[in-house]
Order: sequence, then C-alpha cells, then structure tokens
Amino acid sequence: MIKIHVDMDKCQHYGQCVFEAPTVFALNEDDKLEYHATADDSELENVERAIDVCPMQAIAFAK
Amino acid sequence: MIRPIVIVGASMGGLRAAESLRKGGYTGGLVVIGDESHAPYNRPPLSKEVLAEHVDHAAVAFTIPPILEDVEWALGSPVASADLQVQSVTTADGRVLDYSALIIATGLRPRRLEFEGMPPRGSHAIRTLDDAMALRSELKPGARVVVYGAGFIGCEAAATARKLGAEVTVVGKGSVPLLRPLGEQLARDIQSRQEAHGVKFVMNSNLVRIAGTETVTGVVLDSGLTLACDVLIEAIGSEPNVEFLQGNDIDIESGIHVDGTLHALRVNGQPWENVFAIGDVARFPIPQFCETTRRVEHWNIPTEMARKVGQILSATMTENPALADHLAKPFAPIPSFWSDQFEVSLLSYGLLDQADDIRLLEGAVGGNCVYGYFKGESMVGVCGIGMRSKIMGYRNSVGLTPEGGSSALS
Repeated sequence: MIKIHVDMDKCQHYGQCVFEAPTVFALNEDDKLEYHATADDSELENVERAIDVCPMQAIAFAK
Repeated sequence: MIRPIVIVGASMGGLRAAESLRKGGYTGGLVVIGDESHAPYNRPPLSKEVLAEHVDHAAVAFTIPPILEDVEWALGSPVASADLQVQSVTTADGRVLDYSALIIATGLRPRRLEFEGMPPRGSHAIRTLDDAMALRSELKPGARVVVYGAGFIGCEAAATARKLGAEVTVVGKGSVPLLRPLGEQLARDIQSRQEAHGVKFVMNSNLVRIAGTETVTGVVLDSGLTLACDVLIEAIGSEPNVEFLQGNDIDIESGIHVDGTLHALRVNGQPWENVFAIGDVARFPIPQFCETTRRVEHWNIPTEMARKVGQILSATMTENPALADHLAKPFAPIPSFWSDQFEVSLLSYGLLDQADDIRLLEGAVGGNCVYGYFKGESMVGVCGIGMRSKIMGYRNSVGLTPEGGSSALS
C-alpha cells in the first residue's frame, strides 16, 4: 500500500496528475482536484509520474 | 576507469534524466553539470510566486530522491566546450570530464537588449531564480514598469507586477499580445482582461533606445513615444545554449537537432550513438502535430524527453532487451502548457500555432471558454480559460489525422 499526500495550498488543480494516475487523481465537477490518499502498490510507478508532472510540485508520498 | 554518463544542464530536464537512468537500473557514474549554483528548481513560479512573495530556493527546489544520492552535482560553472570524438566536455572553470554517454539539457537563455550606452541597472530578464529575486526587489507599489515583449513571460510578469501595485505598460511588436501562441480570439480576450486590471498595452512597437545613465529612466519607441519608467523587464524570447558544441560535427541550427529517439544528429543527419539532447534546447520531430522538426518550450517536454532518454540509455548500459522496444517507439508527446494572469487560468494541449482555423467549442467569449485549433479537419490543439475538465477531455483527440494532411500518410 502506498500513501499519497497533496499539499492543497500549493495545488492549482491543473489536473496533469490525472492522466498519469487516473485511478488515484481526478478533477471533480467544479474542476477541483480530488484524490485517494492510499493506493495499491501496483500504482507506484503511475504516482511517481504524477509527482514528476505536477506543475506546482504539490504531490508527495506520505510516510 | 569507467567513464560516467555526463548530463549537461542541472534544471528539470537534467534532474529527470538522472532519475530515469537510475530507475532504469543504471548504477554507474553519473555527473550533472549546471551553470547556476542552485540545485534544480521549478521555473514557472519565477514570473509569479517568486516575484510576488518572499519565497527562496527551498520553496521552488525539486525534491532530490534517494536514488540520486551518489550523483555528482557539478554546479556553478557552465560547460565551455565539448569534443564529441574523444567524448569529453570541459567546464568554464577548467574541469575536463570524459563521458561514456552525454545528455545535453542546457536549455535556453533570454535574448537581451544590446544598446550602446545602456544604463547598467534597472533592466531585467526572467529566466533564473537569481533574475527573479533581483527583479522582485524593484517591484514596489507605484513603480513604473515597462515590459518589453508580449508573450507568456511578459504577460505573466505584467500581471504579477500590477498585482504588486506597479504601474505597468506592456510594449509588444505584434498587434495583440500572445497572438502567435494563442491566435487572435484568446489573445484579444486576455488583453482586455489585463486592461481591466489596469495593465496598459502599446502594441505594434519596437524599442529603439533606453534612457538613463546609472539606471533605466525610460524607453523610446520607434513611433517616437517615450515611456518614463523605473524598471524595464525584457521578455523578448530566448536563444538555445549550444555554443559549447561549436567545432563538432553536430547540427545545432535553431537548437540541437535530434531524431525520434532523441539522439543528437551530425550535420549529415546521422545520429551520434551516445549523445542525446532533451528539453528546450532540443529540436525534434513531432509528426503528430507538424511536418518539420522544432523546439517546444513547454513545461512537460523536458520531463518526457528525460524519461525516454533514461530508458534508452539505462537499457543500453545494462544490456536490457527492453532496449529494442524503447528504440522502436519514437518520442511522441502531447505538448501542454498553462498560464496564470490575474483570474485567467489557461490550459492547453497540442500545438496551437499549427492551426489555420480556431473555433469556439464551449463556453463564451469573455467568460470561461474552450477553443479548438484546427488544421484542415484535424484538431491540432485545444486551449481555454477555466473549464479544465472540458479541456482535458479533448487532450487525447488532438493531433493530425490522415485526412488532416499528415504528409507521411497523404
């Protein structure tokens, strides 16, 4: 199990993470980011890519 | 001694290339050379948060993951020359580094004004953290600011300076700011929104002289108009950092020419097997969107190129059979950019400047909206204000279709 944290003070809802890890990140009806704070280990690589492509560098693995 | 892989350029592209090499299983020597003294940091905030708030390097620095702990960061001195035949690079401070493979991620530098007798102070570009911090100290409420150049950096800097209380005038060569990257509809829309916030625009103008002896006191335009100012922001484009390659058999016309697997090309078009270029400095084929090679200065490009080169090179070094797959699949990104100016939040996918027809797809002019950028019947790009989910919904449909005139298929 991996744990994910998005710093919502930094997040500007660009949604670039959504394409990398669509089962973890999504934009809601109001175009705001929503995400699952935990994900299966199989999502590791996708979440790593989401972390890389976040324009605000707001995503990190949580301890 | 086994030669390391050398990455020239310690910004996002260089960092991501190092990461990708390690993730791909390459455990050998890795040296990253950077001209700035700062460890890799994120540049988009430079025209926004870094100017507006008192943030420092720590606030914009990229996280260096543990897999990079044994990478050597050779920061603070640019590469001065390279010899691709003997496989070595030399830094400006005289260090010679022999490489097994070379990844060039030297990026761009801002084009600067060069007028005879230009005052030594008061004129700024925005490319590095040090640039932005130097400019920030001059953006005081009431300061008179001229921004020369009406592209994204100019318009974002104008919005930021205005929000800080400066009197801001943007001087641009074209008829409308952002005309080339966005096309007329969105460009006019953004201009009027900027004007509503008090930013002034003087378009169809060139700057011919800068007034002042110690510091900038004004600019003179080719129309004869003089604008008094305390601060001049130069946002007139950039030049690829390729000079260190001069004297080698490598095509560095308008950036480093690379093939679909990002190998740098000789003048005759044949690839260097162990030299790659990534990021803003690379001129690459992007047949999904246009028929010529080009540079794409969008934020997502260096990361995607770095990933590709890291895969190819780590598979080469570890003799991983996946190499054939990585080489068979050419680099095929969907370029993406965003821009924030006042309440305007732009998001785009594709290559908008390839379009010959722009159509409003959703929303309304002056409000939130989505435009499709068409070349023939192909939608080569999508861009809009607000409406992120809608824009994202079009991402996977952008690109040339055979009917749309892809040369390879027509």
